[in-house]
Amino acid sequence: MESLAIYQRLKDQFADRILEIVDKKPVPWAVVDPASIVDVCRYLKDDPETAMDCLSNESGVDYKDRIEVVYHLFSYPHRHLAVLKAKLPRDNPSIATVEGLWAGANWLEREIFDLLGVNFEGHSDLRRLLMPEDWPGYPLRKDFVEPAEYHGISTTRESPVIRLEMKKKK
Amino acid sequence: MPILNSLPDYVLTTKTDEVINWMRKSSIWYMLFGLACCAIELMQTGGPRCDIERFGATPRASARQSDLMIVAGTLTLKMALRTRLLYDQMPDPKYVIAMGSCASCGGLFQLAYSVCDGVDKIIPVDVYVPGCPPRPEALTEGLIKLQEKIMTERWLTRAPANGAVETVRA
Amino acid sequence: MSTFRTEEMTLNMGPQHPSTHGVLRFVVRADGEVMREAVPDVGYLHRSIEKIAEKVGWHGFMPYTDRVDYVCAMFTNQGWAMAAEKLAGIEVPRRAEFCRVIAAEFNRIASHFIAIGTMGMDIGAITPFTHAIREREMVNDLIEELCGARLTYNYMRIGGVGWDLPPGWREKALAYLDHFEPILEEYNSLLSYNKIYIERLANVAVITREEAINYNLVGPNLRATGFKWDIRRDIPYSIYPELDFDIPVGSGEFGTLGDAMDRYMVRICELKESVKILRQALRQIPDGPVLAKVPRNLKPPAGECYVRVESGRGDMGWYVVSDGTPLPYRVHVRTGSFSAMGIVQKLSRGLMIADLVALIASLDVIAPEIDR
Repeated sequence: MESLAIYQRLKDQFADRILEIVDKKPVPWAVVDPASIVDVCRYLKDDPETAMDCLSNESGVDYKDRIEVVYHLFSYPHRHLAVLKAKLPRDNPSIATVEGLWAGANWLEREIFDLLGVNFEGHSDLRRLLMPEDWPGYPLRKDFVEPAEYHGISTTRESPVIRLEMKKKK
Repeated sequence: MPILNSLPDYVLTTKTDEVINWMRKSSIWYMLFGLACCAIELMQTGGPRCDIERFGATPRASARQSDLMIVAGTLTLKMALRTRLLYDQMPDPKYVIAMGSCASCGGLFQLAYSVCDGVDKIIPVDVYVPGCPPRPEALTEGLIKLQEKIMTERWLTRAPANGAVETVRA
Repeated sequence: MSTFRTEEMTLNMGPQHPSTHGVLRFVVRADGEVMREAVPDVGYLHRSIEKIAEKVGWHGFMPYTDRVDYVCAMFTNQGWAMAAEKLAGIEVPRRAEFCRVIAAEFNRIASHFIAIGTMGMDIGAITPFTHAIREREMVNDLIEELCGARLTYNYMRIGGVGWDLPPGWREKALAYLDHFEPILEEYNSLLSYNKIYIERLANVAVITREEAINYNLVGPNLRATGFKWDIRRDIPYSIYPELDFDIPVGSGEFGTLGDAMDRYMVRICELKESVKILRQALRQIPDGPVLAKVPRNLKPPAGECYVRVESGRGDMGWYVVSDGTPLPYRVHVRTGSFSAMGIVQKLSRGLMIADLVALIASLDVIAPEIDR
């Protein structure tokens, strides 16, 4: 099935919980209401016509006014891809976890929590994955400021190149 | 020198410092501290073609049984604290080779927020081997430079007798 | 036995450990030799490559993609180039596609050598590792003649490849392939059919097909469960539709279907398939340019894409968002090793500590793919 046909099917099933369908090249996507993401994903996984048995990727993207969580769902039997997006507010972003449907979401969501600060409700083990436990801030956000030091180690390196002062010839 | 001419052929005369240093430099055991890409080149250096074991350097897994720590790869801030711990676990006298650009100065990851720019912020380094990754021949030359450095160490007399500055053999 | 009071030990394995395939740490709760659970702790090689993409631009990011997975650097290069080309609408010349496939399949051979060599070393067999390293040195020589580097190649460019095949390289490559096939048989007789090796690996850490799909395992780990899935054949890209090769899957002949021995045998069989692909590509390569005309200040139109490449460790997904400027807006790489680490905690329950090492080796995880 084409991606647009999948989204049309979703629109027929869930009506206004699918906020919009964006038909952009190369791959179109559907924007879903964050409160109903688990229902939409469960429908896509269980329906035999779509049969999305694989969560191929889950990423977070930080835009100026919102944080988006992007799901790439893939079906091994039918070989089609669906892209779902959920838009969250920048301060205190929170969305339900899809770990119950696909166990691979566990680590993917931990990474988004670690680097962007999105809280996943219902996650079994939400703690930092890649950064140290006591790291301040969320690094992948656009307004992240690098700390000057971490446990006494400074994060900059002075260049050893000595610039020779070229005296101006009169 | 009449006394030397009268000695049989299988007697050498040398200095105590040189004999001790010669024995020490021919058996430097390095700790497997491969962190990133340079670790693969470290493995290839210990491999059949560029064989570092012919210089007496054999890999050891434990810090407490090694005299050399070849820091091969990028040091992240999360790993930096553990590096200090491992360096402290090595028995004296110990040496450190910073292999690769990332261990020497941060390399191409100086733009990163989570990378410690250079291992010499944490531990004292004896030899820097540049490269990304350095060829096995380059690492072998680094080891030979370290061997030359070891040859200049003093054991019988710790400080120069007449207060002259010690010159390192080029 | 029930009168003994046994306590659970909490042990720490890593991050510096000779067999963790990079800097990984496991906090192991064990009752003697049998583990209750091994919790992985990663992030010791997190070099913030995804954030650096937002600072260096489209062309400048190519060397950083090498470091995402340094033993399979050609595939990461290809994934990034394909994503940028899809966004910008650039078409790659045919000779460049052939060069890409040839370089990539040689890289697959090199990567699988590291996988099977270190697997033997983790089980305790040190000698086959030196055989694997010796063979890999010859592949390194070939690739060094092609692009100048032995490990992090930076060979591909957006729009093609960096350099053409040097004169005489085709003959050397074909000579290496002739030399390679009997060496593989020698390696098999050393390690693969060795009774001790089979006893260590058969029936260890069985993964079923449904579990593998649920945890999003890819590549040889997924094929070992008996599922015939390969991006090169099922979502084909580049010139793979024109080449004829088979997809090896696990068969469970040494133990159970989907155990560690199956994952190892799939990699051995993939080496033979790579040789087939290389022979065909080296024979069919056409003449022509190797790099399309791409502006130096590349500004793909705003949009996003998701490109998948079959790398040595499985399908690597590149999710790239562009906003029309010379700097990418967001790059996210979802790698095979990341998904494989997600399943380790569940599989480790009930295994012995030595089997944990065999499990990590058979999943062929590599630390920079997990941490990026």
